[in-house]
This record gives sequence, structure tokens and C-alpha cells, in this order.
Amino acid sequence: MLRNGLSTINLQFITSLPGVPGETIGGIAPAIQGTLLLIGLTCLIGIPAGVLAGIYLAEFGNNEFGSAVRFLNDVLTEFPSIVVGILVSVLLVVATHQYSPVAGAIALSVITLPIVTRTTEESIKTVPNSLRDAAMALGIRRWRTTVSVVLSTARSGIITGVLLSIARISGETAPLILTILGSNFFFSNWNQPIDALPLRIFHDAFQADPFTRQQAWGAALVLIIIVLTLNVGVRLATRGRYSSSRTRM
Amino acid sequence: MTSQLQLEDLTTESQPLTTANQPLEKYKIRTEKLNAWFGNNHVLKDISIGFLSNDVTAIIGPSGCGKSTLIRCLNRMHELVPGARTKGIVLLDEANIYAKGVDPVTVRRRVGMVFQKPNPFPTMSVYDNVAAGLKLNGVRDHAFLDKAVQRSLEQAFLWDEVKTDLDKSGSSLSGGQQQRLCIARALAVEPEIILMDEPCSALDPIATAKIEELIASLKEQYTVGIVTHNMQQAARVSDFTAFLYLGQLIEYGDTTNLFENPREELTERYLTGKFG
Repeated sequence: MLRNGLSTINLQFITSLPGVPGETIGGIAPAIQGTLLLIGLTCLIGIPAGVLAGIYLAEFGNNEFGSAVRFLNDVLTEFPSIVVGILVSVLLVVATHQYSPVAGAIALSVITLPIVTRTTEESIKTVPNSLRDAAMALGIRRWRTTVSVVLSTARSGIITGVLLSIARISGETAPLILTILGSNFFFSNWNQPIDALPLRIFHDAFQADPFTRQQAWGAALVLIIIVLTLNVGVRLATRGRYSSSRTRM
Repeated sequence: MTSQLQLEDLTTESQPLTTANQPLEKYKIRTEKLNAWFGNNHVLKDISIGFLSNDVTAIIGPSGCGKSTLIRCLNRMHELVPGARTKGIVLLDEANIYAKGVDPVTVRRRVGMVFQKPNPFPTMSVYDNVAAGLKLNGVRDHAFLDKAVQRSLEQAFLWDEVKTDLDKSGSSLSGGQQQRLCIARALAVEPEIILMDEPCSALDPIATAKIEELIASLKEQYTVGIVTHNMQQAARVSDFTAFLYLGQLIEYGDTTNLFENPREELTERYLTGKFG
């Protein structure tokens, strides 16, 4: 893939619209834009919801409601992504007669939610109770203890969960076919279909024309690079901060 | 066990509070018929005990006798454990901290606590560890924080060792230093009482000696309560000692008297190592 992909990637490839079959120019820019947009939207919807649910389950979920949520969450983890796609499609796309980026992001959020919830809960549970005790004994309020002591101690575990879920949704194809459809053009409107890299790969790989098939390799490599860059970038940006700050906290 | 049988006879006649021979209102904090449970497990039974200002009160007794629970009731930390509850009253400056409408958070700001194992916040620097109680309660004035951090670290005999490393992680210090860091952290919020739950049990003898020296200097400003399973330590650092057994206060009094002339047979047997 590296060999095939690298030979395909150039500036024109990542900045142009897809070409007309038969011609040898064209790129995957709308797909890159679409994927970034979807990741961004999912980060706004699914990840906060998952982190909050995880905090709830770990800190306050020792009751029947908590167990019910935990059970549903586990069921959701095992949902095939195409089923999630159909569900969101019926609820949003069919109901509004529009494919849209938001429908895609909601489908992806449903997929990230259980992963983020579970990893957040697990990493918060590994924070020793002695730290909660120490904070509470200083007369720090419970929510402040959770936010400033517990979450900051569990940070790296939560971030791992978030990154895992982003990697997972970056490659999701099935739910996107049913919610954003795919497109040859840039995002123009919240009611229009958009493109995404997995859809572009899926589409290009089945074309008769060798140039377009070649582009699928390039798109796959670009997808991997995006996921890797996000991963490394987020890790660098959130590395342990205790060593520096007397102002930050 | 025979000791258990004797206990029934002994406890009815002991009058713990009067043994320190002080009028009640002189106690900084005192309990009246304090009971505590973990679920169905009745761990403290009708404890009435008072701590005097500027004195160190030690609580001794075998493992599981309720020592830690007793001090955790004094700053309402006990109730944080699921299934835990209390009955009875605890008077801090003669005001019941278990009265309706009392916010446990304000109680905990007045009654600080140091735990068995050093537990600095691992994601925070030495400075932020000490400042945590103030910062997380909304104090933003840097000059004030700087002063509070230096004062607390000096009071905890740690300033000279860490003054150039304030930005290092709190967990990078040695065990003894970490425990003094935790003491500094508790002192930074300017509590009136410091409770210590076996503060030296995870430390080596040299670190222990430093903490004991520190306790002696803390009592000049604070009311100090210390739980220890080390009788020699209680004898060295405390002015008053309470002996707890199976959730009951067996004997309470002046440390020297209690160690040299225990009134109760049970106390004597514990002190001489016949059980425990």
C-alpha cells in the first residue's frame, strides 16, 4: 500500500475534485474534507457524551440505573455498524429526505459512544480512592475533585479511548453510505451529501479504469496518515503537565 | 476469648471524658455517644472523647478496633464510604458538625487529615500539591498562593529540601518527603485541627522521626489527633492517649498515666503485649 499509495499522492491529488472516468487528473479533496468534518462533528457529539457517561458510571453509577446503562452500553458496543447506519438512516435521512453530514456524524457518534464510555469508566476506576480521599479531606467539593483530581489522573487512559474510537470511525464505511451517501463535491450545505475517505476508497476500488483504481491506494494511505497524525498530535498536546505549571491547573 | 468477656463488665463503668479532667467547653472537638457503622457492622459504640487545643491526642488499639473510623467521623469523611453511617454528635467548638444544614465541605476545611500512605496528587507539581486545597476552592491570587505554599512547606519541615524543585512532580519525592508534602498540603488551607491516620506506618525510622518532630511543633498552633498502632510512638508524641478495643473506648487519659498506671486491666494487657 505504501508503494502504490506514495506514487499516487501529490499536491494535485489532495487538492482536486475527483476526475471524470477516463481522464488522468483528479483527486480526493472532498473526501479528505468530509472525513475531517465527520471526525470533528463526532468529537463534538459522541466524545463528550461518552466521557460524561463514563464519569457518571464510574463515580455515581453504583446503582440499578448505572447497571442498566452499563448493560445497554455493552449491547451498543456489539452493534454491527451497518445496523447503526440503518437506524440513523431511518430516523434522520428517510424522515428528512436528506443525506447530511450531521446524520453521518450521529451514526459515528453512536459507534464511538460505547467505546469512549467504557474506557473512560475503566480509567477513572483505576484512580486510587486515596486521591479522592485526599481531595475531599481538603474541603474540595465532589465535582471539583472529579474534574481536577480524578479526571486529570485518568487523563491518559481517557485519551487513549478517545483516540481508539477516532481511529475506529475514521475507517467506518457502511453507516456512511446510508447517511452521507458520498459526493464528488466539497461540502456546500448541511442538507447535502458529502464525501468521506472510506467511501471514496470503496468507490474508486471498484472502477474499471486503472487510474481511478490507483487513486483508492492513495486515499487509503491518506486516511492512515490522518489517523496517525491525529494520534501523535493529541498525545503530544496532552502530555503530562505537572512538571511545568504553577499557573496552569 | 476471655478479654472479650471482660470487656462487657468494664465499659459500663468507664467515664472517658472526665479522665482528661477538663471542663467540656475547653475541648476543641469532642464527641458524645458517637456510633458508626459500615453496613451492618457496628464499628464504633457510644464513644465520648474530646481533643484539647495545642495538645496531641493519640488513639491506640489493635487493628480493626475503629481507630481510623473514629477520626474519619471527626471531619465527616466516614460518610463517603458507601453504606457507612453515623449516629451521635460531634462538637467542633461546641457546634454539632452533624447538625442539619451543616455542609461537610466546610467541616473538612476546618479539620484537616493526613492519611496512612502518602498520597500526593500524581499529576501535580510539588507547588500545586500544596496549593491544591486553595486553588481548587477558587483562590487565584498568586502572591497569596506563593506565601501559603512557602509557609506550609516550612511548617512541614520540607521547604529547605524542595524549594528549588517546586515544579517537580509531587510523586518524585521520597516516601518521607511525600508524607510531609501531604502534611503541608493539609496545612495550606489553614485548618484548626490536624488528624493523622497512622502517618508513619509506611515510612522508615528516620522519616518517622522527622514526622514525630513535626507533630511536636504542630501542636503549638493546632489541635492534633494521631491514630497509631505503634504504642511507643503514642508514648513519644502524645499528651493524651485513648485506648480503643472492639469499637469501644476502654480508657482515655494523660499519656504518662495511661502508660505507667493503666486503670483498666484490658489496657494493661494491650500495653504489655498480651494481646493485639
